[in-house]
Amino acid sequence: MITLNINGANVSVEKGTTILEALRFIGFPIPTLCFVEGLTPYGACRLCVVEIGEGSSSKLVSSCTYPVEEGLKVRTASKRVIKTRKMIIELLLASCPQSKTIQDLASQYGVHQQRFKQEYEDCILCGLCVRMCEEQMMAKAIGFYGRGENRKIGTPFGIPSEVCRLCGGCMYICPACQLRCTFNQPEKAICGACANLSPPCLDKEQFDDMMCYMDPCVACEIKKD
Amino acid sequence: MKTEDIEAILEKYSISRGGLISILQGIQSKYGYLPEKSLNIVSEKTGRSLVDIYGVATFYKSFRLKPRGKHLISVCLGTACHVRGGPVIAEEFERQLEIKAGETTPDKEFTLQAVNCLGACALGPIVVVDGHYFSNVNTTKVKQIINKAREGLDKVEIKTDERIFPVEVSCPRCNHTLMDPFNLIDGYPSIRVTTSFGRKHGWLRLSCLYGSYNTEVEYEISEDTVRNFFCPHCHAELIGVTNCPNCDAPMVSMIVRGGGMIQICSRRGCKEHKLDLNGINF
Ligand code: FES
Ligand code: FES
Repeated sequence: MITLNINGANVSVEKGTTILEALRFIGFPIPTLCFVEGLTPYGACRLCVVEIGEGSSSKLVSSCTYPVEEGLKVRTASKRVIKTRKMIIELLLASCPQSKTIQDLASQYGVHQQRFKQEYEDCILCGLCVRMCEEQMMAKAIGFYGRGENRKIGTPFGIPSEVCRLCGGCMYICPACQLRCTFNQPEKAICGACANLSPPCLDKEQFDDMMCYMDPCVACEIKKD
Repeated sequence: MKTEDIEAILEKYSISRGGLISILQGIQSKYGYLPEKSLNIVSEKTGRSLVDIYGVATFYKSFRLKPRGKHLISVCLGTACHVRGGPVIAEEFERQLEIKAGETTPDKEFTLQAVNCLGACALGPIVVVDGHYFSNVNTTKVKQIINKAREGLDKVEIKTDERIFPVEVSCPRCNHTLMDPFNLIDGYPSIRVTTSFGRKHGWLRLSCLYGSYNTEVEYEISEDTVRNFFCPHCHAELIGVTNCPNCDAPMVSMIVRGGGMIQICSRRGCKEHKLDLNGINF
C-alpha cells in the first residue's frame, strides 16, 4: 500500500494505481476526455491535470498516466490547475467547437468564451478510437500517421482496411464526432449504408456475431429478413 | 517489385520492433521509395500491423511513399533563407515546374521539396539540386537551374576541371597499346577494348581522360550489368586482382604508359576507378 496526500487528506491505495484512479476511488471529480476504463491511459488531452509536489518544485502532470508515489502531495483544485484546465478546454473548443462532449465540458467548467481561431476540425487526436480498435476490437485497422501539424488518424494509404470489420467502435467512442457520416462520399465512409444500401460487412461472414456498435444498421435488417 | 527482394531485405535485419526502420531504409534504398505492396509484405512477414508500419513510414521525412523524380530540387525555407526570399523562390519553382512542393512532375523528371535550413544560411536563399548547391538564388536563376539539372549536373566540365588529365594505357599481358588514335572521345584518342556480356562481344571505347566517364559502345547494355573486358590484340582478359569497393564487381586493370596501373570497375554505371602510379595512390 502506498500513502499519498490528496488535498490535505492522507489516503492509502494499492501500488501501481494511477493518481486518477486514486482520485476517482475517493470521489474527487476529475474531468477526462482521452481516458476510458478498459483502454490503456494515453495522456493526450491533459484535461485530468493535477498539481503535485510543493512550493517552487510543484508541477502539473496528467493524473491518468502518473502512478502514485509514497508521500506524494496532490492538489486537484489549486488555482493553477483550474486555470490550466480552463485553458485546455478553451483550446479544445477552438479546434472542435461542434463537439457536444467538449461543449458540455466547457459549460461545466465555466468556459464562456473562446479567444482562438476556430478550426472546425473533426479530430482532437485523443487516440481513443485507435486504442479501441486495437485493444477492444482486436483489429488495428486505424492508427496515427504523419506528424506534427499533419498528424492524422486513418487507415493505411487512406483506403478501406482489410482488417476493419466495420464494428463502428471508433465512432462510438469518439468524443469529437457524433457518428461521423460521410454518405455523400460512400467509398470513404465506414459503412456507407444509407447511400448504397449494401453495407460491406454483409459479405464478411466470419463477423456474424461479433460485437458491433452500428445501431440502427441496414446490414442487420437485411440479414434478419 | 518482387516478393523475394523484400524477403531478402527482411532477412538481413532483425524482425524485432527496432528493426523496422532499417527494413524500411533497405526497401527505400532499393526502390527509391516505399511501394505500397512492399509495406504489405513487411507487415505479413514481420507480423506487425500495417497501421504501425504506415505510421512509422509517414512519421519520418526521409521515407517516401511515392516514387521520386530523377532530379531532386530542395528549396530552403529555413529562417535565414526565408527572410532572404526563399518562399518566392519556392513559388517560382512551383510555377515553372507546375507542381507543388513535395510533388513530382508527371514526367518523373523533377521532385520539388521544401526543407528547413541546409546549413549554408549566409549564402541564402539556397537551392540544392542533386547534391549541388546554388547560392544567392533569385527568381531569374530558377530557369537556369532547372535547365542545368535537366542536362545533368554530374557531367564533368572536361575543359576546365583540373582533376582531369589524359592517360595512355596498354594491355598488362601483351603490352600492346590500347589507344585508338582514329576515334576521338573528348577530343583525345580513345581507349579501345573488347567487352563481352553473356554471348555478345563488341568493342567499347573509353575516354582516356582520367575522370571522364564518356564511352562509346557497339552494343548497349543495361545499367548495372557486369561485363568482361578483353585486350583486342592478345584476347587476354583484363582482370584485376581486387573487387570494386563500391559494388563488389571485379575491377579491370590496365597498364599506364610511364609506369603504374589503372583500375576501373566492370559494372556499367559504376564510376569507381583507381589510378596507381608506381605505388602512389590517387
Ligand atoms: S484523461 Fe488524462 S490526459 Fe486525457
Ligand atoms: S536557412 Fe537556408 S540554409 Fe540555413
